[in-house]
Amino acid sequence: MSLTYDDVIAKYEPVLGLEVHVELNTQSKMFCGCSTIFGAEPNTQTCPVCLALPGALPTVNEKAIESTIKIGLALNCSIAPFSRFARKNYFYPDMPKNFQISQYDEPICVNGYVDVEIETDEGPKTFRIEVERVHMEEDTGKSLHVGGATGRIHGAEYSLLDYNRAGIPLVEIVTKIVPGTGKYAPEVARAYVAELRDILRSLGVSDVKMEQGSLRCDANVSLRLIGAETLGTRSETKNVNSLRSVERAIRGEMIRHAELLNNGERVVQETRHFQEDTGLTRSGRSKEQAEDYRYFPEPDLVPVAPDAAWIEELRAALPERPSLHRKRLQEQWAVPDKEMSAMINADVLDVVEATVVLGADPAKARSWWLGEISRIANEKDVAIKDLAIAASDVAEIVALVNAGELTDKLARQVVEGVIAGEGKPAEVIAARGIKVVNDDSELMAAIERACAAQPETAQKVRDGHVPAAGALIGAIMKDTKGQADAARVRELLLGHLGQATN
Amino acid sequence: MIRNSASEMAAKLERGEITSVQLTQAHLDQISAVDTDVHAFLHVDTEGALAQAANVDAKRKNGEKLSPLAGVPLALKDVMTQKGIPTTCGSKILEGWRPPYDSTVVVNLRKNDIVILGKTNMDEFAMGSSTENSAYGPTHNPWDLTRIPGGSGGGSAASLAAFEAPLAIGTDTGGSIRQPAAVTGTVGVKPTYGGVSRYGLVAFSSSLDQAGPCARTVLDAALLHEAIAGHDPKDSTSINAPVPAVVAAAKAGNVKGMKIGVVKELNGDGYQKGVRNRFEESLELLAAAGAEIVEVSAPNFEYALAAYYLIAPSECSSNLARFDAMRYGLRVGDVDGASAESVMNLTREVGFGREVKRRIILGTYALSSGYYDAYYGSAQKVRTLITQDFNKAFELADVLVSPTCPTTAFKIGEKADDPLAMYLNDIATIPVNMAGIGGMSLPSGVADEDGLPVGFQIMSPVMKDDRMYSVGSALESALLSKWGAPLLSTIPALAGSK
Repeated sequence: MSLTYDDVIAKYEPVLGLEVHVELNTQSKMFCGCSTIFGAEPNTQTCPVCLALPGALPTVNEKAIESTIKIGLALNCSIAPFSRFARKNYFYPDMPKNFQISQYDEPICVNGYVDVEIETDEGPKTFRIEVERVHMEEDTGKSLHVGGATGRIHGAEYSLLDYNRAGIPLVEIVTKIVPGTGKYAPEVARAYVAELRDILRSLGVSDVKMEQGSLRCDANVSLRLIGAETLGTRSETKNVNSLRSVERAIRGEMIRHAELLNNGERVVQETRHFQEDTGLTRSGRSKEQAEDYRYFPEPDLVPVAPDAAWIEELRAALPERPSLHRKRLQEQWAVPDKEMSAMINADVLDVVEATVVLGADPAKARSWWLGEISRIANEKDVAIKDLAIAASDVAEIVALVNAGELTDKLARQVVEGVIAGEGKPAEVIAARGIKVVNDDSELMAAIERACAAQPETAQKVRDGHVPAAGALIGAIMKDTKGQADAARVRELLLGHLGQATN
Repeated sequence: MIRNSASEMAAKLERGEITSVQLTQAHLDQISAVDTDVHAFLHVDTEGALAQAANVDAKRKNGEKLSPLAGVPLALKDVMTQKGIPTTCGSKILEGWRPPYDSTVVVNLRKNDIVILGKTNMDEFAMGSSTENSAYGPTHNPWDLTRIPGGSGGGSAASLAAFEAPLAIGTDTGGSIRQPAAVTGTVGVKPTYGGVSRYGLVAFSSSLDQAGPCARTVLDAALLHEAIAGHDPKDSTSINAPVPAVVAAAKAGNVKGMKIGVVKELNGDGYQKGVRNRFEESLELLAAAGAEIVEVSAPNFEYALAAYYLIAPSECSSNLARFDAMRYGLRVGDVDGASAESVMNLTREVGFGREVKRRIILGTYALSSGYYDAYYGSAQKVRTLITQDFNKAFELADVLVSPTCPTTAFKIGEKADDPLAMYLNDIATIPVNMAGIGGMSLPSGVADEDGLPVGFQIMSPVMKDDRMYSVGSALESALLSKWGAPLLSTIPALAGSK
């Protein structure tokens, strides 16, 4: 009965439409001066404007406009010389005015695109996702429905309202319909959201934390028979709170739609909610009867008419596109794909780059962050970024190793000390009394002691069986408490026992 | 003392002949004496007013430099928020609500040490032309208590005519300052849209609402205008430019060489004979004072009323959505098991009056998908045409003039069941709001047939408000010479009046 994904794509073509809501990280709300800090006591970040007290009026947050224009430019959009806010009218207790100030037919950014690259059976392939519009709006408050089984408004005993979130600036990025992705639809959607997240992060306009809701994706999916022109009926899945969920939600909806269609049933146009635990969606609000939001231009706000010169200034100051930046780094550092992905997945690319900028060799920088430091982070179960070690510390340690002041082994002790909060590398070295033994006479004394202790091994080496030297080197290193440079020990030992080092 | 103009009162305060506490008390006494009959006030803040007056007296005693109207009392239309003071907008739905913040107009009044006596009655949410739509009962016209004082700002205008206050604040969306001024024999000014901040003005129709001064003389209106006007960063639609020099214009009252355009479409048929007579007389006086009278045409004004009754209700249907019992005001049906939706419905059913509901329904319909273009969209086009008519007319004349309203005050109850007849009261005032320009009404005498006051309307281009004060002041002094005393000195005495 249950269809496999292969069954679905053999018969149907998925068409996507993605709406991404981004909470901007401005200090104040979209239309008033209230703070936007996450997690404050309920209803402490409110004022007459965001509570919609009679007589209060909105004024536009200029910083939010700037952030939105930056987003539009980064997504290759045209910036409208004149755009307007509009009221979207509907009643809901968490919306203080009972209308949301949004943008309707005159959004601030239009007609952009984002190219995303995914792995396909035929190798890497680029898909162009066309962006229809980027517009500004305000967030609603939060309702907490208490009592009742579902946590939804129906069946609840009472509801609590928190208006701290009411009026937080939101940017909505809406794609045009995305056909032609075939079986890769879920991966393309995921890659698109990931690319958006990276772009938004590089712009510094949002925290882009999907788990905290500062980046939210609504996925529209419909199916049509392969080769068909007309679009199928779509469902809109909300509550998709991670990149993995984007992929799972779309795959799940494709299968659900295909099952309905194969059974001769019809897909209901509705909002659905993604269930993280099952990977399935459950039915929400029906959109069969189109809701009438009675949009009209917001008369309390004058139109937004950004100065053309200002737009060009913002364009000139855009950071390098994250995906291009990564490509450039990979070439410069000559890193294999696998290593590059490892850095991206471990979220250390930025810090590795910072370490390289401070003079470290890319391979060394990468191996420290991906190796020892990642290991410690795993051990402590914290994010690498939360460890008390900075790119400058690692760059300094790499330099000390290059200068022969530290061995790799000693360097690991220094890293450990820095992370433990013992100070900067120099302070850790001083406090722990770490130093490389590079006094040859001291080493020679240790070599002689080792050879005296293991005369038979020493004789083997003298007789030309060089691999046997390992045991002696181990003993010498132990004797010098690991502070000797193993390579130098080997060189001196072999010379001492009459063997050439080359 | 209470029959003086505000500037005369200010002069007496300045000279130390009276104190603000005495002046305020005299007005509070008058309110006690006559307001049972007039019902201009919804709330009298005796304590607050006297405390504010005492404060001004102390400042004056300390030799502080004070603003021109410091210590003079004022009546505030109940649509403006004042911290801690009940603000109902004439509606049951806001009964008992005390705003936690001051409107910008109130902030400016305080800065100028103008004493706020209390809040005046109005048509519910400023929707009406008679104050009969107040949930708290109508206000009576001091000229004849059986007649309406105009609306929506009937309370503010009546308080001036009844000598309960020398100054008042009104708001004007389609004539709510000017029409009450006309029918009570007082002066009312709607400044250029954006000239006075709307922050704290409980919105009826955001793109049309404008607060302004109400007074008994043109100079008093100008002084109050300067006190409350100016750019406000809290109101996005507030104009960031210097306030026009209205006080200087009112003081000079010079119309020599000015071109005054008579709007052909705002006169004639449908206008009461006595209204037309007074209008013609005023034109003659202005001509005698050195103005040139020309005729102008504004062909699209005939659509103004229809377009207004699409735009204003549309905006109000959205503006009034916030009255949902969730955060403030009336709450009905909040019993065990009631849903938020049913509480919202019941509260709005009980809390809003008939006229407000009529307009919410009208506006909701006009904005509905499928009807938007035909109604709201077309109305916006008409608005543009009206603005173009004004622009063309202002190429021919410095100001435009007309009677303020077609008739004198009608009887309470006379048009209460005929909304269309009621709406027609505002036929001459509405175009000004549609174009966002300035408009003034001042008394031009009484109609021969009923002895009731008639208003003369002056309209000036955007941010040229000073022009209407020049013309208003010139006409006022010509009329004063003719009458020998202010028109209000002929108002029948109210029982108990001082």
